[in-house]
Amino acid sequence: MKRSKKLLALVLSAAMIAATAAGCSTGAATSTAESKAAESAAPAQSSNKQLVIGLSMNTQTNPFFVSVKEGAQKGAEELGAKLVVTDAQNDASTQMKDVENLITQKPDLIIIDPADSDAIVSAIQEANDAKIPVITIDRAAKGGEVVSHMGFNAIKAGGLEGQFIADTLKGKGNVVEIQGIMGTNVAQDRSKGFNDVIAKYPDIKKVATQSADFDRAKAMKVMENILQANKDIQAVYAANDEMALGCLEAIEAAGRTKDIVLVGNDCLDDTMKAIKEDKMKATINEPPYFLGKNAVQTAVKYLKGEKVEKSVILESTLVTKENVDSVKTRD
Amino acid sequence: MNAKEKAFRVLTVHRTSIILALILIVAAFLSPAFLSASNMLNVIRQVSITAIIGAGMTFVILTGGIDLSVGSVVGLAGAFSAGVLQTTDSVPLAVGIGLLTGLICGFINGFFIAKCGIPAFIATLAMMTLLRGCILVYTNGTPISVQSDIYKAVGKGSLAGIPVPIIILLFVYLAAYILLTHTAYGRTVYAIGGNREAARLSGISVVKNEWIVYIIIALLSSLAGIILTARLGTAAATAGEGYEMDAIASVIIGGTSLAGGQGFILPTVIGALILGVLDNILTLMNVNPFATNIVKGVVILIAVLADKKFKDLSAKVNQ
Repeated sequence: MKRSKKLLALVLSAAMIAATAAGCSTGAATSTAESKAAESAAPAQSSNKQLVIGLSMNTQTNPFFVSVKEGAQKGAEELGAKLVVTDAQNDASTQMKDVENLITQKPDLIIIDPADSDAIVSAIQEANDAKIPVITIDRAAKGGEVVSHMGFNAIKAGGLEGQFIADTLKGKGNVVEIQGIMGTNVAQDRSKGFNDVIAKYPDIKKVATQSADFDRAKAMKVMENILQANKDIQAVYAANDEMALGCLEAIEAAGRTKDIVLVGNDCLDDTMKAIKEDKMKATINEPPYFLGKNAVQTAVKYLKGEKVEKSVILESTLVTKENVDSVKTRD
Repeated sequence: MNAKEKAFRVLTVHRTSIILALILIVAAFLSPAFLSASNMLNVIRQVSITAIIGAGMTFVILTGGIDLSVGSVVGLAGAFSAGVLQTTDSVPLAVGIGLLTGLICGFINGFFIAKCGIPAFIATLAMMTLLRGCILVYTNGTPISVQSDIYKAVGKGSLAGIPVPIIILLFVYLAAYILLTHTAYGRTVYAIGGNREAARLSGISVVKNEWIVYIIIALLSSLAGIILTARLGTAAATAGEGYEMDAIASVIIGGTSLAGGQGFILPTVIGALILGVLDNILTLMNVNPFATNIVKGVVILIAVLADKKFKDLSAKVNQ
């Protein structure tokens, strides 16, 4: 009995420490973002009141979302707005807390990059109740009032990649699909877009479908195993570039770079380098930097009383060796 | 001792190996690619990182402790190492800084646990969060890529056909085996886990020896971090997340008691292999990725259950 009480105390205090630590890290992120925006905003702020925009990010450990934040910070800097950033660490309940904390600070508008399309709805409704307008980016929310949503069309992106593989293989060959975190719309939609196109080609065979959670290390391991099982692979579609780069490590180590058409998605710098060196064949340019910047620009536009589009789909383009040199992923 | 007792003694000592052998046989039937030499090397190389951390975790669990911060040490050592490599281009310096990171993390863990007497679970949980925060601040969330081919060889190269991570793995286990079974220090590790108070009364410096255990595991974790960074060619902010669970699972599947004082070092590598082979065979067979976690969980439960049955049976026979 005494032992179990001790254990309970242990677990409880562990939870408390974890909670405090999580709170600290969010706090730190907020303050740095604030000070950065405030410094640069000072000269622009001459006549009217400075706009305050909250940005609730789903994660800051993925380069894609770090770029979204950087774009948003740049946008805020240029327009003289103050940006308050929170990081939900890929956890829907942390994000709920983040948004509530933002609401209590009474910003003019909140931009949300939802960690989960369903779970974010109640947070958006709380903002609605507090009369704070909301813009969602990347993943759309399943409910609540939003002023505008902007993102990329993931089904289209997956389809572009499927078509590229089908064309490159001339409609015949063995294909591997590496999926992202299948609980997210982005992963599901990219997979759907890809498979819809591939299904049109009866001579293209899917020899393996595995998930690697958008993670480079996991993708390398999964690809190593797939290469062991399949001696005959013509193409690999990875649902993001981090995974594609992990696959590339495995394919290179197996000495099969020349035989396998490898494509990714997101247009990371490392991918563009790999495409230039002919190690990868294609990726999709969905510049996260401009997504963040656009979101802040739209927010300011809305707050100045201008009309904004309810739904903005940013252009996603196929990047291959032909056009890789002209691709622009940031300012 | 009759023949039956002898047979059971063998079973008890080698029970983890027997479970692994059973899984290997089933896997070989399920996929023709499984038993190839290249796939075997592939699996061992994949588990080397978990197994190296597992060696340290065995020491910690033998003393009755736990270390949840290993995944964050892996990430931090990898990030610092890659960062130093990027600015100085010196491989020895990069490796040195990586290991030094581990040494310092282990020293801090040991200070709180052995010196201040904070429960290992809490101290290392706090360190896990703290160090992950350090990684995020240092990398700013973006991966640091590694260009040096010499550095990458630590993870990707091979000597006489054997991948370097496997060679490092062999050295680690050889050293750990000697340290644990053939030195006075090894006996103190068992003594602390068996009965802390008795160990103290018999003149063992519990604080010093427990402190060293946390330095050992953090050093091995930083070594694992360097191998991971070299294999991937990049140090990501998320690197090492969840590794503590794999390492602890390897130790437990290897038959070491969570209560401390009982267990062996070599079965830990078998425990890691069981986990690795499961991952491998499920991918080879292209099992629906949604279902793989269920299969993994079920097989781990069966393995641990079988392990307990072995233990109970041999206890009965020995009575």
